Amino acid sequence: MSEAAAAAGHGLWFDAGRRLRDNRIACAALGVLAGVVLLALGGPSMSPWGFDSLDWQHLAQPPGLGAAHWFGTDRLGRDLFVRTLYGVRLSLLISVLASAVSLVIGLVWGAVAGFAGGHTDGWMMRFVDVLYSLPYLFVVIILTTLFDRGSIAVLLVALGAVGWLTTARIVRGQTLALKRREFIEAARASGLAPAAIVVHHVLPNVLGPVLVYATLIIPQMILFESFLSFLGLGVQEPRASLGNLIYVGAQEMESAPWMLLVPAAFVVLLLVCLNLLGDGLRDAFDPRER
Amino acid sequence: MPSLKSRMLKLALRRIAGLVPTLLVIITLSFAIVRLAPGGPFDQEQALSAPVRANLERLYGLDRPLAVQYVRYVRGLLHGDFGPSLRQRDFMVSELIGQGLPLSATLGLAAILLAVLLGIPAGVAAALWRNRAADLSISTVAAFCIALPSFVTGPLLALLFGLHLHWLPVAGWERAAPRYFVLPVLTLALPVAAYLARLTRASLLEVLRTAYVRSARARGLGSPRILWRHALRPALLPVVSYLGPAVAFVVTGSLVVETVFGLPGTGRFLVQGAIDRDYPLVMGMIVVYGALTLMLNLIADLLYGWLDPGARHE
Repeated sequence: MSEAAAAAGHGLWFDAGRRLRDNRIACAALGVLAGVVLLALGGPSMSPWGFDSLDWQHLAQPPGLGAAHWFGTDRLGRDLFVRTLYGVRLSLLISVLASAVSLVIGLVWGAVAGFAGGHTDGWMMRFVDVLYSLPYLFVVIILTTLFDRGSIAVLLVALGAVGWLTTARIVRGQTLALKRREFIEAARASGLAPAAIVVHHVLPNVLGPVLVYATLIIPQMILFESFLSFLGLGVQEPRASLGNLIYVGAQEMESAPWMLLVPAAFVVLLLVCLNLLGDGLRDAFDPRER
Repeated sequence: MPSLKSRMLKLALRRIAGLVPTLLVIITLSFAIVRLAPGGPFDQEQALSAPVRANLERLYGLDRPLAVQYVRYVRGLLHGDFGPSLRQRDFMVSELIGQGLPLSATLGLAAILLAVLLGIPAGVAAALWRNRAADLSISTVAAFCIALPSFVTGPLLALLFGLHLHWLPVAGWERAAPRYFVLPVLTLALPVAAYLARLTRASLLEVLRTAYVRSARARGLGSPRILWRHALRPALLPVVSYLGPAVAFVVTGSLVVETVFGLPGTGRFLVQGAIDRDYPLVMGMIVVYGALTLMLNLIADLLYGWLDPGARHE
């Protein structure tokens, strides 16, 4: 498929980009996502309030356009517009970093296993299988509770530790397929060291499918992060994350439903759009079936 | 030449035996993580005097070298002994988990059942009315249900059905009152149902395009009959193969849903046990849930092999 496209003057990436542009749902999702990210980056500075500043005049105010606080306030009089956007920012930051960590581990592990083959491959992938059978949510919960609770570094390690397994499997599969191709054989025949072949020839070629998978891993990470914060194991007060905002909102929903609805709306927007974009990208790179 | 049946049986036994080393690795890894973490079970707010602490540690064998403790723990497990809880005095870990497990298991089973009952018919409907209003609305709802985590859908459902419409209790649990079960089961089932609907739709569409369905149609068979006799069975194979991951999802997901709705299942033991450094309780949860996930996955695998003639020969 990619050879034929290349012969016609278009690369795989060019074709994928065109197919993505034709996919209206994915484009809309990308637009909404860009809007949310811009709002998260710029929004808080448009408001006079900080994420932890208290407004004693407006405790638990409902939202309103003319009101002093657009999205209302919580029990302590903190502005929900600012807090929610800070939460989006922090959730996005943590999940993108955690995805990057898990992608790097998965890439190296999968490429080495696939390229080495034989017993090395067998043991490395066996290890992945065993980790797969651990209930991953348990691992994350235990890592975050046992080590320094609320530290972002621990959160990153815990999330990265569970995310790399699928990447490793995908990369290994791709590497096995690549290994039989002529240019790898040529590199080997010209005396290049195995490590150099992996770095210069294998990794660049498996990057495409891995990047597609990354768009599906980021919403997973957002979900884990907010779940941990929901349990009180992730981001700690007074800092805001989507998870701890939803937790507080669920406690208060009887008298102040907006405290649940505002952060929940942002989680819905982020996760649904990321998932739709991921689906669109997968179809764009792998258009066999619709 | 052994019969097919005895070969299947042998395969099943070999797979079951294969679970043992995996489980041992899980136990070893989690023992290492849990014990190498800083802090200990007796670091409470009011500090214990040194002799009291030393006595407690001796009582629970925590003063012995880690390797000795590990061997002791595994030997206990072989006899079904999970040890005593370090923080909930006078309770054995097996008692605590045993109290919560029936509720968690009911929750999970009911959710899987509901997901199958909702998801597969929805997927069939979406495939039959492809690209029409029914298909589009089912696919849209499914996209939302797959994307949203249960700690978001749970409170939202409670807000709608509990506080707004007053149909169901918001949270909590009273004995023998199924009303308290409806929202948690629904919350847990929705993403699985959505995924099943998506899988069923895709695989049924593929089957409906095959030659044997076309030839059945050419023989003049009616659509319901083709669907029932020829298309549905092969179309459901990928759906069955998803049941393994679905069960794993529900097993861990039930912990989440229990926390959201305040149900007294096993979920609270994991987080509280880890915060308290209640080593035997945390280990017990990992061992029970790890074994459960492995077993259920294996059952799903064997079921798949039994349904799919092609997979039997591998």
